[in-house]
Amino acid sequence: MKKLIGLSLVLIAILAFSFKKGGYEVGDIAMDFSLKNIDGEKVSLDSYEDAKGFMIIFTCNSCPYSVAYEDRIIALHEKYAAKGVPVIAINPNDDVKSPEDSFAKMIERAEEKGFPFPFVYDETQEITKAYGATNTPHVYVLNAERKVKYIGAIDNNTKSAENADKKYVEDAVDAVLNEKEVPEKKTKAIGCTIKWAS
Amino acid sequence: MLKKILTVFLFVSSFVSIEILAQGGELKIIKVPELERIMQESDTESLKVINFWATWCKPCIKELPYFVNAEEKFPKVDFIYMSIDFSENASKAEKFALKKGINPDGLYLIDDVDYNSWIDKVSPEWSGAIPATLIIKDGNKYFYEKEFHEGELEELILQTLN
Repeated sequence: MKKLIGLSLVLIAILAFSFKKGGYEVGDIAMDFSLKNIDGEKVSLDSYEDAKGFMIIFTCNSCPYSVAYEDRIIALHEKYAAKGVPVIAINPNDDVKSPEDSFAKMIERAEEKGFPFPFVYDETQEITKAYGATNTPHVYVLNAERKVKYIGAIDNNTKSAENADKKYVEDAVDAVLNEKEVPEKKTKAIGCTIKWAS
Repeated sequence: MLKKILTVFLFVSSFVSIEILAQGGELKIIKVPELERIMQESDTESLKVINFWATWCKPCIKELPYFVNAEEKFPKVDFIYMSIDFSENASKAEKFALKKGINPDGLYLIDDVDYNSWIDKVSPEWSGAIPATLIIKDGNKYFYEKEFHEGELEELILQTLN
């Protein structure tokens, strides 16, 4: 009996974590994508000819932690896009599970906030699965060859940018631009789960 | 003048929020060492269920009643409801939790937004997404990053208890 219980626990654990498999680790080459931007055009990494890297940010309207970081995401793009490392924001959420994250609502929010970067919709959630994003906001910093250099949080203070004393993404992008080793390659942060289609 | 009004307003509002907390006094705001202590306290007789939730997290709110029901069914199991709402929303979280019928004895709010510094202490398997639940039995940790559905949690508790 004990054995059976142990086995079923293991099975439950496997089931609980199975969906997390298959994401990228630092050092992997990330796949390109072609996703619809809020302006109706498709966006792919390939179309950025002179890019020195990318900040791929899985984020959405409905998560208060994502909203708390919106201004910081804008600031990241403003600081680094001209240097060749733009932000591409991807909404990973199913709009049936999370109506606030529909394409129409994405356009609305982007206009309200004046997003200077593409905000694309991963309608099939295939890119989100391939990258292995688990929550929002979740950042992947890539270099020019789409090699994953950093995975994780934007900084170490969700509440206030001023009080964050570790700017993980800035440090990673600076390292990519200077062809240095990224100091902290993987971090975690509290966030909202991705709303998967059922 | 504006500054004066603002100061008075701030003073009054801070006073008011302290008052609400003091009156209720049910939700305990804690730091990481206290969270670690709660996780380490291991009762060999029973088990401990720590649920990480927030008022803004819809799937968390959906599964909360299953925890409240399970707590009634398993009086020996120690249920901890760890809110990760910001500390300025503590009274909102407290009101919400009490309305949901959560036992205030297990009601906490972890006040540390440097999440990367403590997520792995809960479990290296945790991505940081909520809902998340940690079950501790005899010092062994079982971690679940998922939303529980009706019956699932109770079944899991029964299995872990035996």
